[in-house]
Amino acid sequence: MHFPTLLAAGLHNQLWYSVPLIVSISLVYSATRHEQMNHILRHAWHTGVWIVGFMAIIMAILCVVSWAL
Amino acid sequence: MGTGNRRNRSETNKGIELRQPMLAAFLGWLLPGAGHLYQGRYGKGVLFMVCILTTYFFGLAMGGGHVVYASWKPNDKRWQYFCQLGVGLPALPAIAQARRADAGRPLLMGGIMAPPNRRPTDGNPDELAKWHRDYNSLFDLGTVYTMIAGLLNVLAIYDAMSGPALPEHDSDEKKHPPDSKESVS
Repeated sequence: MHFPTLLAAGLHNQLWYSVPLIVSISLVYSATRHEQMNHILRHAWHTGVWIVGFMAIIMAILCVVSWAL
Repeated sequence: MGTGNRRNRSETNKGIELRQPMLAAFLGWLLPGAGHLYQGRYGKGVLFMVCILTTYFFGLAMGGGHVVYASWKPNDKRWQYFCQLGVGLPALPAIAQARRADAGRPLLMGGIMAPPNRRPTDGNPDELAKWHRDYNSLFDLGTVYTMIAGLLNVLAIYDAMSGPALPEHDSDEKKHPPDSKESVS
């Protein structure tokens, strides 16, 4: 597949809608755990990475499970 | 371990002024972040306000202003509204719109947040089905966005009422380990 096609498919992927949610959830969750802004931002980064990693693992499991379908 | 955590948490919370927790919680429900602003916790107040309201209005816009509505009729029990109601004031117009729709009065704001007309007639299809067709997956995404915004505000309200649930590394444990002389005394 050509690169522009892949790029266009990537840009129109609905997964992009998860990015603002992940940012928002990470920041708010972390803000309920800390009082200082530097701690909040550091915790938010870790929470965001954890969420993305968790989603990637679930996606990989679903891909493996649906491989034979 | 549990006793140590509880002790450190309460000690740390002593340093944070939680002015009128119940009033702050109510203000926080009315407008996300307002409770923290009232308590003088400006950084967190602005953070909550920006994150939660952006999520809410982004979701509302995705569904053309129709993803937030109040309805509890047999053919349309909008349970999602209970989650959306967590953002407080920005979700309340849905109740006014529902009351106006029930009374047969003209809707406000061009029908934004009004419940759908579920009785299709010759010229008018089932309005909820029309919204789903028009906005497609954006309708569901918008619903999820607005629900999450409401649920996030529940966390913010709890924070305004009780202060942050500090993990161990934020507590005074590093400065005063439990086995140190200062801590023992």
